[in-house]
Amino acid sequence: MLFELRDVSLVRGGRRVLDSVSAAIPAGATAIIGPSGAGKSTLLRLLNRLADPDSGTVSYRDRALDQYDPLALRRQVSLVPQLPALLEGTVGSNLAYAARLAGKEPDAERCLGLAGLDPEFAARDVAKLSVGEQQRAMLGRALAQRPEVLLLDEPTSALDHAARDAIEATLAELRRELDISIVLVSHDPEQARRLGDWVVRLEHGLVTKSGPLREVLA
Amino acid sequence: MSTSIHVSAGQVAASLALVALAAAISFWRKADLERDIGIATVRSFVQLTAIGFAIELIFEADTIWLVFALLAVMVVFGALTARSRAKRVPDSFWPLLIALAVAAATTLGLVVALGVFEATARYLVPVGGMVIGNAMTASAVALNRLGDEMADSRGKIEATLALGATAQEAASPFVRRALRSGMITLVDSTKTTGLIFFPGTMVGMLLAGADPTDAVRLQLILLYALLGSVAIAGLVATTLAYRNFFTSAEQLREVP
Repeated sequence: MLFELRDVSLVRGGRRVLDSVSAAIPAGATAIIGPSGAGKSTLLRLLNRLADPDSGTVSYRDRALDQYDPLALRRQVSLVPQLPALLEGTVGSNLAYAARLAGKEPDAERCLGLAGLDPEFAARDVAKLSVGEQQRAMLGRALAQRPEVLLLDEPTSALDHAARDAIEATLAELRRELDISIVLVSHDPEQARRLGDWVVRLEHGLVTKSGPLREVLA
Repeated sequence: MSTSIHVSAGQVAASLALVALAAAISFWRKADLERDIGIATVRSFVQLTAIGFAIELIFEADTIWLVFALLAVMVVFGALTARSRAKRVPDSFWPLLIALAVAAATTLGLVVALGVFEATARYLVPVGGMVIGNAMTASAVALNRLGDEMADSRGKIEATLALGATAQEAASPFVRRALRSGMITLVDSTKTTGLIFFPGTMVGMLLAGADPTDAVRLQLILLYALLGSVAIAGLVATTLAYRNFFTSAEQLREVP
């Protein structure tokens, strides 16, 4: 298994955000679905140790996450947050920054292409991009690290239908071109149907269903 | 630098007319500051009178240990006061205390080592007071800004951490801005000094009948010493305090 969660609980602000969650996430494309406030984004943040559970264990490739150096882990398991949050400067400087952190050579043209952006975007100031373009630049930035796993938190929630379709096509393309696993958080079961092979459904911090797409969303 | 000025209690009492004017303006324009003006006037009178007696005692005793004790008390009170301006920074007291102590020790140590001032109470007490006071203001402003920046930029900081950046790398743009805002006021006032603002030491010396050249030279020494002390205090306070926003696993702490 790529990730395995055992009895994971987490309380924030007096609220039990995750309640004894046990779930397996295989390699490939997994969609974590459920209504707002179900704990989906929190679960995603546990997978690259942006947060730690209060109890229970999370493992990645059969090794407990707390045995990994968090910085090295985050360069292999890259998270793209729901809201674009690029660093000041150009798209190219953001890509170069991410590549340098991972000790990789920056290849802006390739990463922008994979994220569905023209090479000329490398010179563009991030402050002058649309939300959809920023979201793609965030994706390109994560890809500049050549991660093994991409964690995507509602990657299309801020976009209109056309931009959403374009990002989904990009993600499908990514999976065909790269040997990369994707864990995607979405409130939209239809998106899970379009992009996922495996589905984990969360409600009120509990896993209500988990398994292959055709079983969970039959 | 002998002083020949004598100020009577009557002269101090007469200056209260300006306090009355300030209170009247506040009352007339409904600024609602009369009470604060009253408190400020009483506190300044009590605190300065008390410190006046304390300084007199320290000057008479002429022992360096009493000077160190007074400076240590100033550092602790400075850190406590600055902490109230840095409410959004977790556990800000220790970074502030260390910042003020390092700024005072380095600045006073340097001016004594360079032969600018003698290591006696007459120099170290007033200069130490100015150094610690300015370091307190600068570090309070810097940490206040740091708290705001870190709270407003959580998404950006966490997105940078998510790439495998260290806490230091993720926080560096915000730490830089905080340090800058702590230092900028003194840098700006130093730029305009003598043009649109006469600093206190120079005014005091001129009033006390000192030679203008001496007054200017002493003021320059103090301005340069203060620049050094606010830079040190801002640097130490922000460098130590930003870490309190993160866990040892390079995670952004939840805000309570």
